[in-house]
Amino acid sequence: MRVVLSNSAGLPLYQQVKEQLGTAILSGELGEGTVLPSVRALARDLRISVITTTRAYAELAAEGFIATVPGKGAFVLPLDSALVREQLLREVEGGLQAALDAARRAGLHREDLIQILDGLIQAEQYDAIQ
Amino acid sequence: MSSDLAFALRGVSAAAGNTFALRDVTFALPTGYVMGLIGANGAGKTTTIRCLLGMYPIDAGEIELLGHRAPEPVALRQDVGVVLDHTYLVGDWRLVEVERTLRPFYNRWDGARYRQLLDEFGLDPRAKVKDLSRGMAMKLMIAVALSHQARLLILDEPTSGLDPVSRDELIGIVGDFLLDEGHSVLFSTHITSDLDRIGDYLTILHGGRVVRTGTKDEILEAYRVVRGGPDDLDDRVGVELIGVRRTQTGAQALVRTEEADLLSGDVLVEPPTLEEIAVHIGARVPHRDPDHRADRRQPDSSMSARRVA
Repeated sequence: MRVVLSNSAGLPLYQQVKEQLGTAILSGELGEGTVLPSVRALARDLRISVITTTRAYAELAAEGFIATVPGKGAFVLPLDSALVREQLLREVEGGLQAALDAARRAGLHREDLIQILDGLIQAEQYDAIQ
Repeated sequence: MSSDLAFALRGVSAAAGNTFALRDVTFALPTGYVMGLIGANGAGKTTTIRCLLGMYPIDAGEIELLGHRAPEPVALRQDVGVVLDHTYLVGDWRLVEVERTLRPFYNRWDGARYRQLLDEFGLDPRAKVKDLSRGMAMKLMIAVALSHQARLLILDEPTSGLDPVSRDELIGIVGDFLLDEGHSVLFSTHITSDLDRIGDYLTILHGGRVVRTGTKDEILEAYRVVRGGPDDLDDRVGVELIGVRRTQTGAQALVRTEEADLLSGDVLVEPPTLEEIAVHIGARVPHRDPDHRADRRQPDSSMSARRVA
């Protein structure tokens, strides 16, 4: 397990812990059943406060990534594909909404947007072939 | 009394001569966490700690310590480890004699743990107390506290005068201590960077009063630093400017987050660091505008603060 915290990332520490663990779980690096350190051990190792690690674990638990056992620690739950998919869909929607907002300010229309999206997809396919 | 609190002060006042060293001080630490006690010199940090330890008489209010009303019988001392900014041990004692002398006072003294901690901290058992550096003396006091199996560690300015390496070691020791969720730490300091990461709770003292107490995140969220040109931040903006500092090129102050929106758009509004909060709250306020005071809920606070300033 790897957690690297930045002091200048502009992201709160709990968020950094949560995102890095979440990413490791989604990528399969931390597989189902992996035992995570207790909130206190993690706080000690990262030299951050207990409240910070407690919050990171609580949010990961609320999103269905891990289960916490009071006084013991936490372990990785099986990845519920529906949940993961929903999470990813939310990300896609968020990204597209941001693009829409920018497009409105730039005066772009639906056709322009679709053209840009197609262009990006083509560039990605081209990169994949390379 | 609730046992999920490591300690609580409720409405504590303590006199110092004709004035008050502490006025209506109320705050509590839940068991299992670190609290930082911050404030300028003379804000009341050490007096608060002395009251908590029963070393200073209180005139009003009540103190709860590890589930007992303080001042409690001597038995409580077993559970509280104290690290002061000066050592209370006799200079001529060797570290082995420190153990021999202190052991009878503690029911749960663990000699093996003491020797193991000396080893871990790089302290020579044959060294004399007076020959220890500041950092080593601090570690010796922590070794004593951990050897009698304290549940609450109270450190008064443990890092003042320490080099960065020793300060970092202390942060590690505190982290180890907190692995047990029945352990708690109260840590007074004016070096706020010690608390930036490991602090769970904070209490800010100024002029013998509690300006604010809560989780570190709540406190960071409660204030904003504002910076603007010389004319952007004057007394007419209708927002309380805490510890405002003016130069010819501009002004900087702390404001409450909910009031930050009232400032004009030209003013730069940013989340503060603990250091900035401590600096602005601790800054002396010019006598001509006593309204720039710590907390509105305490309307007469400008009086006592002025006396201190």
